[in-house]
Amino acid sequence: MYRVRRWVVRHARVFEMIYRRFEPVLVKLAPVWRRLGHERVEAPVRRVEKAAKGALFDCQMCGQCILSATGMSCPMNCPKTLRNGPCGGVRADGHCEVKPEMMCVWVDAWEGSRQMKQGDLIHAVQLPVDHRLTGSSSWLRVVRQQDASSSSAANRETTR
Amino acid sequence: MKFDDEPVPGYSLPILPGHVSPGRLERVLRAGKFAITSEIDPPDSADPAEVLKRAAIFDGYVDAINATDGSGANCHMSSAGVCSLLTRVGYATILQISCRDRNRIAMQGEILGGAAMGACNLLCLTGDGVQAGDHPQAKPVFDLDSISLLQVARNMRDEQRFESGRRIETPPRIFLGAAENPFVPPLDWRPLRLAKKVAAGAQFIQTQYCFDIERLRDFMLKVNDLGLLEGPDRVFILPGIGPLASARSARWIRENVPGVHIPDAVIARLEGAKNQKEEGKRLCMDLLNEIREIPGVSGAHIMAYRQEHSVAEIIEATGVLEGRVPWYPGRDDPKALNPESPEALSL
Ligand code: SF4
Repeated sequence: MYRVRRWVVRHARVFEMIYRRFEPVLVKLAPVWRRLGHERVEAPVRRVEKAAKGALFDCQMCGQCILSATGMSCPMNCPKTLRNGPCGGVRADGHCEVKPEMMCVWVDAWEGSRQMKQGDLIHAVQLPVDHRLTGSSSWLRVVRQQDASSSSAANRETTR
Repeated sequence: MKFDDEPVPGYSLPILPGHVSPGRLERVLRAGKFAITSEIDPPDSADPAEVLKRAAIFDGYVDAINATDGSGANCHMSSAGVCSLLTRVGYATILQISCRDRNRIAMQGEILGGAAMGACNLLCLTGDGVQAGDHPQAKPVFDLDSISLLQVARNMRDEQRFESGRRIETPPRIFLGAAENPFVPPLDWRPLRLAKKVAAGAQFIQTQYCFDIERLRDFMLKVNDLGLLEGPDRVFILPGIGPLASARSARWIRENVPGVHIPDAVIARLEGAKNQKEEGKRLCMDLLNEIREIPGVSGAHIMAYRQEHSVAEIIEATGVLEGRVPWYPGRDDPKALNPESPEALSL
């Protein structure tokens, strides 16, 4: 919901903290996910992820979440699905060019990022979306990635 | 400025050391001259003569011509089509690609095709939303955004790779550009966002219409502080300007064209004038004179929609070319092509 997601962005710092606690837990559970089988857990995890992130961020399940680099404002709610910042059409009052009734997703993102500890991640160039991942769980993807990199380089520090 | 290897129409110039493209725009900018670009409004027609006629209006006054790509989300002849016609007679063109209408497969194909036709400047754009144009019922694509498109284009040129990783045999030798709008929110992010564009590969920037010189000055100061105007990866900035036809049209543009910021003072100035159209031109000249004094500005992009003939007047009156006559078909050999003749197309 629009109102909820804007409230979340105004409290981006809190949600950043929650995420920072939550992610290592998910990753720690990697052996559990592995034992259960990633394919088998994908559907239930996806459902939980969709419900939680849908309610908070109006998440569109792109499958490659970058909320931590966008001030907790989901870029997939931008009518142009821009992932690297605002277009040139933002209205003088900060509202969206395409949907004038909505605040520009990226104006919110900028404000959210200014509150976050790692807010400068917003300056990183984001790669194009991989549309094959649409609808899949971003959480499990992070788990798989970190799991793979920690097992391939056991003696290298892998947390970001 | 004259280059001793000045072109055989339709053929690329040699690439100078430290340059990425064979184009004249890059040469003029890197030589430190004040560059002028302008844009063609592509016709609603399949008539090539119409394109050449529209380009000839700028003869001797511009260093490169942008061919807009469905600007304002309205359908016209494609940018690649216009560029191909123009490069055949030797014009320097800026191919525009907007992310609105094509996915990455189509866009990368277009970059190769454009480069093969001699369109060696590429402007990577997000594009106006479809709601702004004559086909609001169309599917907006936005598979990439302007920044990921820049990065894809740079990798095509420098790494010789498609986005998929597949190898490109002969890479496109292109000078990469992007747009920026320093005049709309979030204002404090805009210079940093420009830095992101430069990091993704932008080498020149054409801005949205500037009617607010203070905002531009502010922006340029910050861009300078960020160190974006120095070194081999520096960016060249060409603010956009244009003549307003009247106070009424200024108001209409402000309400209806996405991203154009026109301060009240500008509208008041037009309203107070006897001849609003003349005043619009004078305002544009004043802006150009002020812009060229701002440290770090490398040129100007003149968008004179439906007033294309005034571009020459604006440039003459301000003297920004400092006596330079940018190349055009027939500049050095008056007997050469008359671009309005059908023979011009049979090269
Ligand atoms: S104004 Fe903001 S939300 Fe709207 S299309 Fe542009 S970037 Fe996206």
